[in-house]
Amino acid sequence: MASAVESLPILGNHPTDQVRACDTTTLPVCLTAQKFIKLHAVAAVVFLLIGGIAALTLGLTRWPAVHLLDAQWYYRLLTLHGLNMLIFWILNFEIAVLYFASTVLLNTRLASKSAAWVGLVMMTVGAIMVDAAIFGGKSDVLMTSYVPLKASPWFYLGIILVAVGTLVGVINYFATIYIAKRDQTYKGSVPLVVFGATAAAIIAVVTLLHGAVVMIPTLLWSMGIIENIDPAWYRITWWGLGHMSQQVNVCAMVSIWYLLGTLTVGSKPLNQAVCRGAFVLYILFINVASAHHLLVDPGTGSVWKIWNTSYAMYLAVLASMIHGFTVPASIEVAMRKKGFNRGLFGWLANAPWSNPGFSGFFLSLVIFGFGGGITGVTLGTQQINIMAHNTLRIPGHFHVTVVGGTTLAFMAITYYIVPLIFQKDFYAKALCRIQPYLFGGGITLMALGMSFAGSYGVPRRHWDIEFTGGLFATGFDAGAHVMLGIMGVGAVIAFLGLLLYCLLVVAAVFFGRPVEGKPMEAWNEEPRGQIDAEEVDEHKTPGTLVIVFVFLTAFAVYYFANWMWLSDLWEVR
Amino acid sequence: MSSKEPDGKKPLQKLMDNPWLLLVLGIVIPTLSYTVWGWIELWLVPPAALP
Repeated sequence: MASAVESLPILGNHPTDQVRACDTTTLPVCLTAQKFIKLHAVAAVVFLLIGGIAALTLGLTRWPAVHLLDAQWYYRLLTLHGLNMLIFWILNFEIAVLYFASTVLLNTRLASKSAAWVGLVMMTVGAIMVDAAIFGGKSDVLMTSYVPLKASPWFYLGIILVAVGTLVGVINYFATIYIAKRDQTYKGSVPLVVFGATAAAIIAVVTLLHGAVVMIPTLLWSMGIIENIDPAWYRITWWGLGHMSQQVNVCAMVSIWYLLGTLTVGSKPLNQAVCRGAFVLYILFINVASAHHLLVDPGTGSVWKIWNTSYAMYLAVLASMIHGFTVPASIEVAMRKKGFNRGLFGWLANAPWSNPGFSGFFLSLVIFGFGGGITGVTLGTQQINIMAHNTLRIPGHFHVTVVGGTTLAFMAITYYIVPLIFQKDFYAKALCRIQPYLFGGGITLMALGMSFAGSYGVPRRHWDIEFTGGLFATGFDAGAHVMLGIMGVGAVIAFLGLLLYCLLVVAAVFFGRPVEGKPMEAWNEEPRGQIDAEEVDEHKTPGTLVIVFVFLTAFAVYYFANWMWLSDLWEVR
Repeated sequence: MSSKEPDGKKPLQKLMDNPWLLLVLGIVIPTLSYTVWGWIELWLVPPAALP
């Protein structure tokens, strides 16, 4: 190991016994950071499994033909699902990403081991506290915990602990990039992946500050110390936590896209300034999108709503569209340089689709862009939101952003984290190769079912859409039931993909063959085309351009179709 | 006329190389645009007149 360290081009600021050279990439790996990357990643997968099991039961309950859970357990497990998936799984993984990006890519030590322990323990204890409060039966308030629904004080205290623990991790990240700059462990600007991680960390700070502002008084209210919390104030402030946390995911996910492009096909960002500029737009404008959730709330006016969800927010949408072009375009350039330079899509057809790191990443890109991006902008339009708000279309949207996008990207990078950071090899590589397709396909099917069922007016969260035993006969068109069946089938497939991921990761991490001292076994043979050896122009990406125009056409059709549906429902003379 | 500063960096590049300034802007802009403005609008809602 010592000889490997000595062979590094730059020693960084690592104590000599606290760094190793990656046997595959030769990048320096801070051993302290490596330990916490592992711990956060393991915690993340545990919470993913808990949330995933809950997800399966929910999918089988919203499928009317099955209707598995009773009302109480439905709302209980819906609460459990939301918090474990959207908060505990994602935040733990993101802290692992932040520690990786700052220490490995900037060639620096982690700023504080103690802070890393404090953050990890707070996040873990807080998450266990929340889950225990939910199973205790006194906290069936769903993830949003809208007041005046009141949960056990342990529920709010747990969320505060998770939020503060995450903030400690984020501060540790900022301290790490500070000492890297101070100790000149890198030259020039930080790499793009670190820049994206910094954007995620900045958004996380805003998110967690909102969490503190809303959750501390709510905790006091649940303890009887404060008499009243204004529900409208709660909703505005809570969505500063609830929605902004999902923007952390977007930045982390896009950073991982760039990283996986490099790891899988050796791509480079097309234009550093443009890609970084897009991240700056995220930092400045993406958080205002929280107002999407309040578009039919009284209290705030149309100017506030439209400014935040349209004019300002569209600058963040522009950023997503920039990444949505530059990421596949960089893949196209890299593949054309490898010799796959024939036709519009020869580069795409010959991409390493059997590499789960690539397939997971590219599916995440497509599902997020086509599914999440188009529906997000459309549903976030105030007028259209009137007919979509609180219908199943909304979960249909965010399951293709947060799950089909972020979670799938996180799964994809795991196929590199396990061999490179845990230094363990995966078993059953054939199953690894199909896992992203299984999960991505299941989530897409589920979200389509949700979205179309929501178009029939099926409510977002309700346990029994038939209102069985109600005074008046209600119910939905048979088409809605078909869509809910599709949703249920998709949920089962997605759960199988999730379960397979957890089993493969646990088997590799705890029982896998150690690969210390040798390079990682490649997921695929290096793709080599034997055609068209002409010089590839890095600024010509015709295949991606066609994909972009297909995307824009789909966007326009969906957007204007919604306006047409609105005009059918709400005739203006 | 060049927009470059004496150190050779363009202003946008200087902004992107300064995570602390980005942190401040990233906190201030959404907090003012979304949170504070929203709170003010709620605060200005007159109390409901009881029948």
